[in-house]
Amino acid sequence: MTSDEHKEGIRGMANPSRYGIERVAYLLMRLSGLGLLAYFVAHIYETSNILRGQVGWDEFLELTQTTEGHIFLTVVIGMCVFHTVNGVRVMLGHGGVGVGKPTRPDYPYDPASQNYRHKIGIYSAIVLAAAAMMYGLAVMFGE
Amino acid sequence: MAQVSSIADEQTSTPVSSSKSITLRISRYNPKHDESSQFMEFSVPYEKWTTVLEAILEVKKHFDHSVAVRYSCRQATCGSCGMMINGKPRLACFTKISELNSNVITVEPMNNFPIIRDLAVKFERLFDSHHKIKPYLIRDDSELESDEREFLQSPKEVEQYIQFANCIKCGLCNSACPTMATDSSFVGPQALAQAYRYVADSRDKGKDTRLKIIDESHGIWRCHFAGSCSQVCPKGVDPAMGIQLLRGYLLGFRS
Ligand code: HEM
Ligand code: SF4
Ligand code: FES
Repeated sequence: MTSDEHKEGIRGMANPSRYGIERVAYLLMRLSGLGLLAYFVAHIYETSNILRGQVGWDEFLELTQTTEGHIFLTVVIGMCVFHTVNGVRVMLGHGGVGVGKPTRPDYPYDPASQNYRHKIGIYSAIVLAAAAMMYGLAVMFGE
Repeated sequence: MAQVSSIADEQTSTPVSSSKSITLRISRYNPKHDESSQFMEFSVPYEKWTTVLEAILEVKKHFDHSVAVRYSCRQATCGSCGMMINGKPRLACFTKISELNSNVITVEPMNNFPIIRDLAVKFERLFDSHHKIKPYLIRDDSELESDEREFLQSPKEVEQYIQFANCIKCGLCNSACPTMATDSSFVGPQALAQAYRYVADSRDKGKDTRLKIIDESHGIWRCHFAGSCSQVCPKGVDPAMGIQLLRGYLLGFRS
């Protein structure tokens, strides 16, 4: 009973458990978008250390050479790949591509827009992100 | 407030040859004098075909007639009986207890709609948004004046929109929508799907007017294609499809 409007609120919006993989993709897209935005800002700040010359640059770069730094970068890689691949899917969908054609619906009314093409897109984004993260881990920790 | 009762021995309208029963948890709340909602529990017998609405009506008949619930047709046509059933928006008259595979059925008022009392919610915003997109044919002439007497359509032309004309304004889609969950001004999947229904109708000439109405900051662009609306729609309307096709017009993918 958060308000008179009885809106479900952020908790309901961010609950990925009820409406299939499409709602999971929606949540991951939002989180990765915001994560990338945060990384982007931090990245500009980080690279601006070049103004402090070679020493300042090297000092800051060492932050990413720690275990925590490696894990952080792995998450960034995952967000990047998921956001890009799923972003292409969402943009196509938003343009009406691959969302099915209107017909005369029949019981049990499986919605045509929630089809295998978009599901494949979502699972590809997840699998590619996971693969890129593993590659990143292998490179960073494999040295 | 919680109370556990059993009506298995009493006379009911559901033939109670059944030995099966479920616990029905009903959310009770009166905004006028309650601070928060509370659940009341009832033990209700059921058959394979008993719907959640029938179970609620059993409770009203035998235990507590003050439970507020809205319904009319009992056959998924009037769009009155939408509610959260075990966490998801569904029509109570179109949901069988047996299909929920649970011994406990929890019914709550639909999310994203203001509560009148218990399970009954206000539909003003839904109807206002629906009205806003001009849900009627827009054109200068009328069927009464035209020589043809009616505007003919081929089966193919009918197929472009008939799916969206199935909408019964139950609001389940608006209740499942993640944007509706946080945005008090979003026009919502129900109205957007209806905008598509008229834009796709070969008899309609109001496309530009309607596209202008939905092309605003709390309009179609707030849709993220999460698809939850389509997953809960009981009539196969698939609002998510309609919205993306509609956005195709605005983005220049279709004309
Ligand atoms: C080629 C790369 C990218 C593609 C294809 C892409 C695509 C998209 C799409 C389609 C959306 C809208 C999703 C929706 O409607 O729910 C989106 C949202 C967003 N993107 Fe990207 N994007 C890319 C890169 C980036 C980068 C580099 C950043 C950060 C600097 C970023 C930050 C965001 C943010 C903050 C959102 C909004 C998230 C939300 O509130 O839902 N994106 N992106
Ligand atoms: S689109 Fe479906 S879920 Fe939404 S109001 Fe119409 S019938 Fe109900
Ligand atoms: S009572 Fe009419 S839709 Fe359920």
